[in-house]
Amino acid sequence: MAYASASRRLLNLPPSQRVTFFTSTRGFSVLNRPPPNYEGHVPLNVFERGALAAGSAVMSLLNPRRGDLIAALGETTATPYFIYRLRDAMLCNPTGRRILRDRPRITSKSMSVEKLRALPENTVGQAYMDWLDREGVSPDTRDSVKYIDNEECAYVMQRYRESHDFYHALTGLPVFVEGEVALKAFEFANTLLPMTGLSLFAVTRMKPAERSRFWHTYLPWAIGNGLKSKEVINVYWEEELERDVADLRAELGLERPPDLRDTRKTLREQRKTAKEKSEKMSGLMADSP
Amino acid sequence: MSSRARLRIRQHIKIPCISRLSSQLQAKLAAPILWRTSTQLSRRLLAAKQHQRCLSCSVRLAQEQAKQDAKTTHFGFENVPESDKESRVGAVFSSVASSYDTMNDLMSLYIHRLWKDRFVRSLNPGLHPKISNPTPQTILDIAGGTGDIAFRLLLHASTINNDHTSRVIVSDINPAMLSEGKKRSQDTPWAWSERLSWVEANAEKLSMIEDASIDLYTVAFGIRNFTNKQAALNEAFRVLKPGGVFACLEFSKVNNAVLNGAYKRWSFGAIPLIGQLVAGDRGELSISCGEY
Repeated sequence: MAYASASRRLLNLPPSQRVTFFTSTRGFSVLNRPPPNYEGHVPLNVFERGALAAGSAVMSLLNPRRGDLIAALGETTATPYFIYRLRDAMLCNPTGRRILRDRPRITSKSMSVEKLRALPENTVGQAYMDWLDREGVSPDTRDSVKYIDNEECAYVMQRYRESHDFYHALTGLPVFVEGEVALKAFEFANTLLPMTGLSLFAVTRMKPAERSRFWHTYLPWAIGNGLKSKEVINVYWEEELERDVADLRAELGLERPPDLRDTRKTLREQRKTAKEKSEKMSGLMADSP
Repeated sequence: MSSRARLRIRQHIKIPCISRLSSQLQAKLAAPILWRTSTQLSRRLLAAKQHQRCLSCSVRLAQEQAKQDAKTTHFGFENVPESDKESRVGAVFSSVASSYDTMNDLMSLYIHRLWKDRFVRSLNPGLHPKISNPTPQTILDIAGGTGDIAFRLLLHASTINNDHTSRVIVSDINPAMLSEGKKRSQDTPWAWSERLSWVEANAEKLSMIEDASIDLYTVAFGIRNFTNKQAALNEAFRVLKPGGVFACLEFSKVNNAVLNGAYKRWSFGAIPLIGQLVAGDRGELSISCGEY
């Protein structure tokens, strides 16, 4: 019900507010590239973009550690339509408009580490800091956007990439593959970026137990919550650092999924006790005549 | 060909360019290259137009002069300060040492193996069996990090010329490339033999090599990375014996217009893409590994 109303809302908008599908750039040869639109911009023509999308999809599935290829996949598949839809979703929301006007960047300079550590438990900032420590990364490790032609959409993509860590904090999903795939499913339902949907092919690399958990629990949670909650791209994270996570979740209309770390820990302990029991039994049987 | 005069002092050779010059001719490399293709009137007029001075030109020229005061050298298609080039080349090769050969295979569609085979075959290293009182040949392979050329040289000398005394010194400025080469040498018979040695050195300063001690100096796809090519050539002149051979394998221009068009599109389109996919480096590596 909630999902149908979302799409109806979009179609009810006047055409001027609906999404642009194609840009008006002409095709060009690699020998005659147009000048860059912003610093770090690399204009690609259709063939290069398609080849980079296909190549990075294959290579990042084979080697998921190549974060730069996943980033490239995201950028090359975002046009046409999807990144414009996301930008327009930001324009439709007052906070989103403020973000586009201010253009805040999440770097180690803008996020003061000491201040974040000093925050109380259960705040967004504390959860974010926790995540950074556990992964051993800093906010500066994110690649900057290169392959999106429109300058504003390039910022939208950059903002999405930098907010990804906050989505971990918001949903409570952990950082290993299982949590990442569940989070990507949620992002796909919420932002509709193709790269997030393509990342779901990573289920083929998960173990059978993880995969069944994904199909039965996390995918339904992701699709349901992603569609019914508000757009997470419109959250002004710099202002929400001291807010309680549960509070923010309630405002967005989001439910927390079953805690993955706890589930895996209990299952691991159960397996361990079962194994010890079976060893004891086999020991007893061996002793008996 | 047009009847207008075409003056060409330097001959352009098709890919790949193999120039074998004896040590006496190396001095001529110091001379500036003069190349005037045609005397079309339109071209001369265009050139004349660019020298017109406008009011704002003097300010702009003064600014450009200030920029050019820092001595610059080529880095692919950019001009960078000389002090920068070495560190930028170094950074590029350290990051891609392990995937360097895969990159070469993909970017040249495996053809680079044929070029290197032909290069070594045409040099014909190894002493002729009928020479009396032979002194073993010493070959210096510059910028030969991963050992491609060195292994081919030793293989040719040993199997074709039956010369088991020649030795190859592989020199590279980048230690990551040298360790990759040492790793690859494990698959060859010369990994621990005296015929193969590894030296970390800048081609412009080969202080560990004595004067007039090298019979054959090879540099394959390396000379484009030298900051100061003249200094490297001077060192080559110093270490080579009189009558020794300087061999350089490098990319050059394509004379056929159709092939040139395809080649350029491959260089600026496919090569950065392959660099991005295999090594995560789009621009600089493709230039260093690559293409004019």
